[in-house]
This record gives sequence, structure tokens and C-alpha cells, in this order.
Amino acid sequence: MKKYSILSPCGILGYGFPETSFLKGMSLHPDAVVVDAGSTDAGPHKLGAGVSIVSRMAARKDLEIILVNAAREGIPVIIGSAGGAGARVHVEWTLDIIDEIMGDNRISGKLAVIFSDMDKEEIKESIRRKQIYPMGSNIPPLTEETVDQTGDIVAQMGHEPVVSALEEGADIVVCGRAYDPSVFAAPGIREGFDPGLCYHMGKVLECGALCAEPGTAKDCILGTLYEGYFTVRALNPERHCNVTSVAAHTFYEKENPCILHGPGFTLDLRDCSFSQEDEDTVAVRGSRFLPQQAYKIKLEGARRAAYRTFVIGAVRDPILLDRLEEIEEKVRKSVTAYLKEIPEGAYRMNFINYGKNGIMGELEPEEFHGHEVCVLFEALADTQETANAVCACMRSTFLHCDYAGRKSTAGNLAFPYAPSDIPFGPVYEFSVYHLMQIADGRSAFPVFYREYRGGEAV
Amino acid sequence: MRRLYDVAKVLRSKNAGPFSITLDVLFENKSDYEEVKRQGIISRERIAGIYKLAEEDITELVYFDQACGIKVTFNRSISSGTCGDRDVYGAQQHAPLMAIALEEEEV
Repeated sequence: MKKYSILSPCGILGYGFPETSFLKGMSLHPDAVVVDAGSTDAGPHKLGAGVSIVSRMAARKDLEIILVNAAREGIPVIIGSAGGAGARVHVEWTLDIIDEIMGDNRISGKLAVIFSDMDKEEIKESIRRKQIYPMGSNIPPLTEETVDQTGDIVAQMGHEPVVSALEEGADIVVCGRAYDPSVFAAPGIREGFDPGLCYHMGKVLECGALCAEPGTAKDCILGTLYEGYFTVRALNPERHCNVTSVAAHTFYEKENPCILHGPGFTLDLRDCSFSQEDEDTVAVRGSRFLPQQAYKIKLEGARRAAYRTFVIGAVRDPILLDRLEEIEEKVRKSVTAYLKEIPEGAYRMNFINYGKNGIMGELEPEEFHGHEVCVLFEALADTQETANAVCACMRSTFLHCDYAGRKSTAGNLAFPYAPSDIPFGPVYEFSVYHLMQIADGRSAFPVFYREYRGGEAV
Repeated sequence: MRRLYDVAKVLRSKNAGPFSITLDVLFENKSDYEEVKRQGIISRERIAGIYKLAEEDITELVYFDQACGIKVTFNRSISSGTCGDRDVYGAQQHAPLMAIALEEEEV
């Protein structure tokens, strides 16, 4: 019977996974190892600042296990959304690590690199042609001005360029930003399996063992495509896949559980079914791939919104705890009056009271009951220097502010750290999160090749 | 009195992209799912009340029978990870759902 197995080591490259689980997976002779390295989940900072979400040491540790074992078995490795956000700087960070591993382990093979950076002039041209659409009703239409204010803009690739790289005989495929399931779907689609099943399996595998019970993104999972269905199984004896855990994962992080939109297609899961094959294995059937009439890709970009300086402090005094909001108001007024040479619109002050309503803010339905509160406050400003100045003034004002009934006249805050004020650097925001219509899924994402012999790039 | 806390196997919130938060309520027991669905206690009106949303900001409310699960997705007022956001992953916005009470069965 025709089948194709994919080993997914973990939810994000650099999150780590037990080597025993990975080797168990390799002993079952998978046809490819595919790993997702990115997400927008951690916010716009990675894309804006061009940094990763995992340490270089962790990325290298995971990649070394993957590359050495896959080379030994002669199976391809595909990395999606390299470096966390998939822009050129993230791809190059990943290539540098791979170069080190190839050299240290004298690995030979063909490496493909697929960039996903989009040309700003092309995006502006698409704005003029009205071929750019916001991703939601709370996202403003994209303007040329916003494009100019935004740093690197990437697009989520589909499976097409990855299929191209595999057709060219690539042993390692490093992708810029990719739709998470696409890198998992690509090898199966190339082998002629049903794209609906390939994509649904990719959706389940992309978070590692999160679809098992107990779920985690820090362990391995194996998916296998057959004619008409696919299966998933955990590789750690401490975890098992069951119908609920796999079905639950189909829900994960998506707006709608039955209709998933990807680059150039819609995945319709309304008629799919989940069944327990054996103690460890769940089978899934009925997932349908519907190509779009017009091929649309998702653009992502971040711009700098402000600079931040913040303070973590805490309050234990019960009289003060009753008057927190009153003191915040006093701090706001006092800082504004003192720093009158800074225009008021050039900075903002925020207070977050953890232990009271820190997470939900004004949505918090519970009454406060507690004996201490963590007070986090921040200044957001046009420059780091202004943020520092505003935050220092907030801190000294809060620390010594008088209030009715005050008995503790020596200071209002316990700081865990000295210095108390932390310059954070720039804060970013997703300024581009739009769909762009393109001609096809292949030509927007150029593929480059590099050959390694005995660990040396030639 | 039974609450969603007592009957749901999974009750969570998470970003669905940087501009949306999605709530998942999943049941292990099909009869509990069917009862919650029949009672309609997770409705657009209820969610709008809890999260102080205009109903048009709730973009999806889906009962998915095969998975015994309910999904609700709504627009964030502040996008993930920028100034003013309090929950970058959106992973701790689900707690108020736990308190939703099931209607008592009539005897």
C-alpha cells in the first residue's frame, strides 16, 4: 500500500524535543523530517527587529540532531518560516547555523533556500491595482504610506515552491515565511497524495506533539499519508493520540474549525471524520482542498510604534492597595505637569496591576481580593530618551506620592530589581496583515541552491 | 449547579492571527456537548457581554459536531504585542467562560 510518513520533531525549531522520541520516529523510517520554525504568535517584535524567538544555541542543538540523522537515512529536511519570522535576516541566521552543522559533521547534500520577502514597489503597485485586502474588519486598508513605514514585508508561501525544490533534488529546504501547514503538505503533494489530506495532516503536525495527550510543542509526532486518509501517532510512550486530542488540534489557533484559508486554497473540514485506529494512532478522513479562483497570499510586516521604558514594582500596604487607581491619577497629573516641556502627545503612561486586573483590564469580572499587587508601569514615547525620562518621573512620583490615610511615609513600592527602570527599546505593531493577489504560488518565491560536499559549500 | 468548568474537557483562548482571539470549548462527553448546544448558553449575545464587544466584532461562532467543540472568534481591540496589549498570545482570556452556568434540567 502506498504511504508517506513525515516526522515532526517539535512545534518550533529550537523549542527542543527528547532525542529518544526523535530516534523512535527515525526507526519507523519516515520519508521526510519537517519542522516549523516560526509564528506570529509572539507578536510583531521578531519581524520588526529582525530577531529570533529561540536562542541560537537551541536552534543549533535541534537542527544538529535533525540534519545528522536525516542525512544518515537519506531523507529530506524541510524548515518552514526560518528564524521565527521568515524574513531574509531570519533565513540567513538559520543558514549560518546550518553551515556550521554541515561543516562540523561533514555532511554532503543539496540545500535549497526559498525567500519570501516581498518587494515594496510591487506591493504599492498592487495597492493601486486594488489587489490588496485587509485580513479582518479591524484592520485598516493598506496604504503606500504604511508600506514605507514598515520594515521587511514577508508573504506566507504555499507548498508550490517547496515542491519545486524537492523536484530539483534538494536534501534540505530552508523556507522564509510559509503558511505553517504548507511545508508539511509539500512532500506528500509531490508524491501525488490528496492535497486536502496533506494540508490537514500538516495542520495537525505543525505544532509537534500538541495534538497528543498530554500535549506539548516540545516533543515529536509522526504523520502518515495513505490513499484516502492519514494517521497521526505520538512517539513518546508518555503521550497518546486520541480522537478528542487530534480533533481539538484541528481547532487550534484558527478562526473557524471547519474552513481554513491558506495560500491559493481553502481547506474544507466540514465532512471530515476522526477514528481511533489503535491505542496510539488516530486516522482522519474527508478533508477537502478547494483551489481559489484568484491566488492570494498573506503579507506580514511590522513598523515601530514607540519606545518603551518600564518598571516592575509591588505594593503590600493595605491602605495603598485600596487607593491604587487614585495614585495612578496623581502620577499621571504630576508627571504631565512636571514634564511640561515635552509635548503631551509625544508620550503615554500605562499602569497594569497584576493580582487585581492585570490580564483582563476593564473586562475583569472578579472583585479584587488579595493582600499584594504587582504594579507594572510603562512610559511609551517617540524616543527612548523621552520614555526613560517619563518613566523615571513616574517611578519617583509613585514611590513618594501622598494619599489620604497614609501611614507608610517612607515609600510606596517594593522593587525586585536595582535599577528599577528598564529601557525596553522599540515596540512594534503589525502594520501589514493583508492578502495580496498574485499570478501563481511559485513565481513570487524564488528558490536558490547550494551544494555541500563533505561539509564544505561548493 | 453545573458550570462550563465542570463539563468542558478543554476551555482555552488563543490568538487566531495577531488581530483576533479565538475561544475553544471542547467536550469529551458527547451528551454534555449536545446539552450545551441545545441550551444555547454560548451565544453571540453572551460573548459580547463578557468581552464588551459589539456583536459585529464576533466574527465566528461555530458548533463543530464531529469534534464536540464550540469555537468563538472575535476581533482584538489592540493587536498582539503592541502598545497597550496585555496578553500577547491571547492565552489567558478564557477564564470568565468557566463560570457560565448550565440551566438546571427540569424534573
